[in-house]
Amino acid sequence: MKKLKLTQKKLKNHRSMNSLERGLAGKFNMISFQLTEEQQALREMVRKFAQNEMAPNAAKYDENGDFPHDIIKKAWELGIMNIAIPQKFGGLGLGVLDDVIISEEMGAGCLGMCTSIAVNTLGLYPILLFGTDEQIKDLVVPFLEEPRLASFCLTEPGAGSDAGSLSTTAKDMGDHYLVNGSKMWITNAGHASLYSVFCTVDKSLKTKGMVCLAVDAKSPGISTGKPENKLGQRASDTRSITFENVKVPKKNQIGKVGEGFKVALATLDRTRTPIAASAVGAARMALEHSIRYSKERRQFNQPIAQFQAIQFMLADMSTKIEAGRLLCHRAGWLIDHGDAEAGVASSHAKRFSADMAMEVATDAVQIFGGYGYTKEYPVEKIMRDVKLVQIYEGTSQIQRVVIARHLLKD
Amino acid sequence: MNVFVLLKQVPDTETKIRVTGDGASIEKSDIKWILNPYDEFAIEEAIKTRDKFKEGSVTVVSAGPDRVVEALRTAVAMGADNAIHVKTDDTVDTFVAAKALAEVCKKEAASLVFTGKQAIDDDQAAAFGMVAEFLDWPSVSVVVKLDIAADKKSAKAEREVEGGTKHLIETPLPALFAVNKGINTPRYASLPGIMKAKKKEIKTYTLADLGLGSETARTKDTGYQLPPERKAGIKISGDAAAQVKELVRLLREEAKVI
Repeated sequence: MKKLKLTQKKLKNHRSMNSLERGLAGKFNMISFQLTEEQQALREMVRKFAQNEMAPNAAKYDENGDFPHDIIKKAWELGIMNIAIPQKFGGLGLGVLDDVIISEEMGAGCLGMCTSIAVNTLGLYPILLFGTDEQIKDLVVPFLEEPRLASFCLTEPGAGSDAGSLSTTAKDMGDHYLVNGSKMWITNAGHASLYSVFCTVDKSLKTKGMVCLAVDAKSPGISTGKPENKLGQRASDTRSITFENVKVPKKNQIGKVGEGFKVALATLDRTRTPIAASAVGAARMALEHSIRYSKERRQFNQPIAQFQAIQFMLADMSTKIEAGRLLCHRAGWLIDHGDAEAGVASSHAKRFSADMAMEVATDAVQIFGGYGYTKEYPVEKIMRDVKLVQIYEGTSQIQRVVIARHLLKD
Repeated sequence: MNVFVLLKQVPDTETKIRVTGDGASIEKSDIKWILNPYDEFAIEEAIKTRDKFKEGSVTVVSAGPDRVVEALRTAVAMGADNAIHVKTDDTVDTFVAAKALAEVCKKEAASLVFTGKQAIDDDQAAAFGMVAEFLDWPSVSVVVKLDIAADKKSAKAEREVEGGTKHLIETPLPALFAVNKGINTPRYASLPGIMKAKKKEIKTYTLADLGLGSETARTKDTGYQLPPERKAGIKISGDAAAQVKELVRLLREEAKVI
């Protein structure tokens, strides 16, 4: 009896210790999935915009391949674009997790429009991350004053996944560079006013010879190709750009010579996760369409949602979407907190979400059957759109390379 | 102009309404609350009025429990300048709420008031008339078009009457306008607006502050009843002749329509 009392007392003492009372959370950072009030409000607002303005126009722009100037203008007016510009320059200074929340909603509205809207952040990050205050004021702040577009110009006809092997040259002419070469698959190239262009000053130096230049799109010597006739994401403008003796003033050099590759990777480290989140949004939309359709469509005298075959597909789609969202939210949070694991976490998020969205969209088409294969219904577009997420901003294979390298490093 | 907008927070239109076990009230725990959609038109009209005359401010007011602050912040995110919360519990009747809103309008020297033509939850369309009466102002309801004179002394309003007939009214100002869908297209809350709204200080009043401590409600909710569940339809089978025969029998004997 006495012994028992002692044990209870001991236990009580233990319980009063913080670590026991709060479990492991007392020792480590508390995990919270609670979005802030502002994040919830911005999610609501972007969802409303995406569902009321983007989604109803998605099929039209997909069909005619026109550039959705009206939607982009509205997005700009609402402050959905250029969200990463710091508050001290008059921007909103939002973080990557905020971007993830916004991107999921825009991806649910229309992935093509989402790419065109979000690519400004990609085009401006090099300057925001490596530019001087002066450069940010000169080059980035005008984006807050009127709707403007920026493009990120890294990929070349011969340099895709192997971005370090690019061959667009920047020749030092004293007070300016002379840029020659061509870029490929550049989003918004035909409508942008500013290009962040990655060049080499000496190809033999490989990545160590790269430099990032902010180039005025109206500079003499720049020509853009015609819009690529793409499988999906047809609302986004994708073109090649050719630079022929383009003069770029030295004051437009972003970061140091030799730092270009670092600038590109640091930028992509921040945009990869929102891109992944846009695929989560597209997948979520595919699931929502599938749920609605399977309740309406009747076969064998009952809605097809009554069949376990369909139910299991819906359940699996939902679990995958949840998993993708969690990876994106965690990666966004890690990036915002400057965690060393952030880079690989964003590769996990991008690889999984892109492949997942492709699977979910394919299943959605399957649930819709013959109807799903036609443009009368919205799911085939989602399937065509999400395919690109497995390719751009680092293919799913490159993400695996990053992840494996992380696993195998000594 | 000191433009005021009276707001109500209502259950989301997709909410499945459930009655509490005792039948006295609505189950509120899992309701998603939104700004009354008609009030969004009122906010937009107020902002447009302020911007048109390039002077004055827009103040949004809502009476209710703490959750209504969310609706007020939405309005600020859309572009309202100030927000006032009248703290009440969930059960005040329209009379008390209207009296409180009118008192706020008096205290804060409102010179023009907008609100939605009705709240989509209880559909009473009663508060706006009461507020106008308490203020001793004219009011115009179901407004689909409004033109305020340059001297701000009068306004021409267009009302929508059943069947699409337009009813034109001219009123001196100050006045209260209960607006309908179609008067404008409410703007979205902008991202900078959301961030500004979060930091906005919201002024609060209690009923006691407004001298309504001893005010008693005029009406009392005594209960809610859901509509009866719809019965499943009857499927008639057999060949065409048998089906017709059965249908006629049902129409005669069950529906008693022939």
